[in-house]
Amino acid sequence: MIGHLVLWLDDRLGAASFLRKAMRKAFPDHWAFMLGEVALYSYLALLGSGIYLTFFYTASGDHIVYHGTYRPLDGVPMSEAYASILRISFDVPAGLLIRQFHHWAALVFAAAISVHLLRIFFTGAFRRPREINWLIGVTLLLLAMAIGFTGYSLPDDLLSGTGLRIAYSILLSIPVVGTWSAFLLFGGVYPGADILRRFLILHIFLLQALIAALIGVHLFLIWHQKHTQFRGPGRTERNVVGSPLWPNYTMKSIGLALVIFSVLALLGGLAQINPVWLYGPYEAWQASSPAQPDWYLGWAEGALRLWPAWEIRLFGRLVANPFFPSVLFPVVFFLVLYLWPWIERWITGDARPHHLLDRARDCPWRSAVGAWAVAFGIALTLAGSNDVIANLLGVPVEIVTVYFRVMLGIAPILAAVLTYFVCHGLQERDRQPERRRIRAIVRVNARGGYEEETLPTPDSPAPEPGGGESGTGS
Amino acid sequence: MIGRALAGLLRLPGAVLWMLLRALAAAVRAVAAILTLGDIVRQERPGPASREAAPAPPAPDARASALVAGALLVSIAATIAFGAAYALGAQTQLLAGTSGVSLAALAVAFIVWGQRLLQQEQITEERAPEPSPEEARRGAEEALARGEREISRRGALGWLLAGALGSLGIAALFPVRSLGPGPDRLLFHTKWRAGAPLVGIDGKPIRAADLLIGSVATVFPEGYVGDPSSQALLIRVEPGLLELPPAQLAGAPQGFVAYSKICTHAGCPVGLYRARTHELVCPCHQSTFDVLAGARPVFGPATRPLPQLPLRLGADGRLRALGDFTEPVGPGFWGMP
Repeated sequence: MIGHLVLWLDDRLGAASFLRKAMRKAFPDHWAFMLGEVALYSYLALLGSGIYLTFFYTASGDHIVYHGTYRPLDGVPMSEAYASILRISFDVPAGLLIRQFHHWAALVFAAAISVHLLRIFFTGAFRRPREINWLIGVTLLLLAMAIGFTGYSLPDDLLSGTGLRIAYSILLSIPVVGTWSAFLLFGGVYPGADILRRFLILHIFLLQALIAALIGVHLFLIWHQKHTQFRGPGRTERNVVGSPLWPNYTMKSIGLALVIFSVLALLGGLAQINPVWLYGPYEAWQASSPAQPDWYLGWAEGALRLWPAWEIRLFGRLVANPFFPSVLFPVVFFLVLYLWPWIERWITGDARPHHLLDRARDCPWRSAVGAWAVAFGIALTLAGSNDVIANLLGVPVEIVTVYFRVMLGIAPILAAVLTYFVCHGLQERDRQPERRRIRAIVRVNARGGYEEETLPTPDSPAPEPGGGESGTGS
Repeated sequence: MIGRALAGLLRLPGAVLWMLLRALAAAVRAVAAILTLGDIVRQERPGPASREAAPAPPAPDARASALVAGALLVSIAATIAFGAAYALGAQTQLLAGTSGVSLAALAVAFIVWGQRLLQQEQITEERAPEPSPEEARRGAEEALARGEREISRRGALGWLLAGALGSLGIAALFPVRSLGPGPDRLLFHTKWRAGAPLVGIDGKPIRAADLLIGSVATVFPEGYVGDPSSQALLIRVEPGLLELPPAQLAGAPQGFVAYSKICTHAGCPVGLYRARTHELVCPCHQSTFDVLAGARPVFGPATRPLPQLPLRLGADGRLRALGDFTEPVGPGFWGMP
């Protein structure tokens, strides 16, 4: 059966030699290499559940009066979009499951991309020849945020409507082109004419197509350039050692996909997420508190909250406050992230191709930079919930905000310094072979019993050649 | 022909039965393997006087294949349960539980199959160096350069081509302009006009007597209830407390003062009023405005005060606007004065 298929394909495409090589392609085994796969499979989960949801969603801001299954909102005026989300949640069989599955999948998608990016960063996998895939990966992270935002804005509930209002204000603050871009995107003064329809097209078509295309190129480049690998016996810069694609890697990978789908299905039905019926329909004169975006935009929310009451006038024009934390800062941050392979090359002067990965300890200064960025992101994300934290601790929100402003400066530096010294400490330990000396050998004898042979240890530690001992005391 | 198809159909139940039987046998083996797990653990700690002959190790695959079979059976059962739950219109939780278990069991089957039933092997692939051989590089360069030379030989035509393509590209951007109106003066005005009566969110007119000292109401110009740009907050404070310049004080009769409800930071409705300290707080980013001092920002990221809506109190006890807000409402923009 399979043989016939191969012959049929080969007669038409000449695919046999490709298939022979492809099936025996080596995929290195390491748990950290599955992070990108998690992103890929949660993307597939998003695609499937998302297509289903489009069949029921109405992208219309026209107001109707709700008379549906959900009694607490009976008789409440709301947009058709919000009403359609209520219908998906309460009337479509399995609709709530799939809606929540979709939302959880979006969170996992963004998380997987982020952690995958960190893995690539800390192991130096972005170095030559993989700079192109680094650029694509960072772009995918940005697109994931954008598609997430356009997605959770669609229900037109009170929480997401507030987010839209903030997005509009951020656009307005951009010098020169700000007002025009806000007016063109929203179709006029907020809330604009047609924003839900436009966001739907962005969400399900434009951004989605971009992501699909870039994932395709991303995977093709991984295939073409072959996967990186950690150092180990038999592994060199010139080869790649791992499980064959077929059947070992395929079985494992399908297993991973199913684990993700399973977790998402369980979350989708057992862990409530974005209960928009509790937030109520969006009205421009209402806002809920506390109001936080989905986690992957928490950093942006935190930046807005921490940025002090400061703005400037340029040529008699206003550069408004949100521009600095929400446009300038992300642009600079992502520019540095995009350019990191070249920045690192400029610092180290190392332009050689690398197929063997670093461990985080192998390049302490890079790991320190990464730790700085991670701590900075965490601090910003926490600051995005300053009101929740203040409530939790019973402290005025003003104090929490000032605390975060200070910690935003201090904590990342502490994290960087700590990481730097931990990396050096780990390197030091690697250099001391006596710590890893085999002290005893246990053998199973022919009778099934055990015999232990203790190896001789020097009573007093002999001076190590090269003074390897000197580092331990410090 | 038809006979053969019929025969095939007749054989089908037999095949299914056979598969089910085998699956059942595997499940029984799985249970047996789990039950004998204790024996295997015990074997690892033989007594001092070991048995003469070590027992033959169990076939490594038996337990794994039993596990796979068990997992597949569980998956099938959960899938059937999911179908039944869906058909009966069951709760979301039950749908999630059944589909989640079905997928999880299938995942177990795939992973155990991949790890335990397949021959584990590590294969080594050689990497070709990224750069192609020097000859190919030169060839590619030459091919590109030759084409480019042929085009640029007709210098003027090349420039014309670039001009035509470029202008077409720019023209293609024109329709973008249709996506929305230009900002012009739209951000400078709201629906408030001189004499516009204040109404609440229910559209009913606001009378001075309706509002006690220390209370607050969201107001709109009559006929524009819900208009996002025109939303304002009417607050009544002790008349002597307001510290406003005379011009602004004139628009706050008897301690009735109104400000735009749109935060000057990022546009959220400034919905929280701390009556004791006379402060308005934005729920989004905690910008705080001092109501007594012309809604001057006192904390948070906002830099500009909430624009005031000048009011007058008519003889009929109704509040009316003296005109539009004193400044453009909402967050800052490039052209803001």
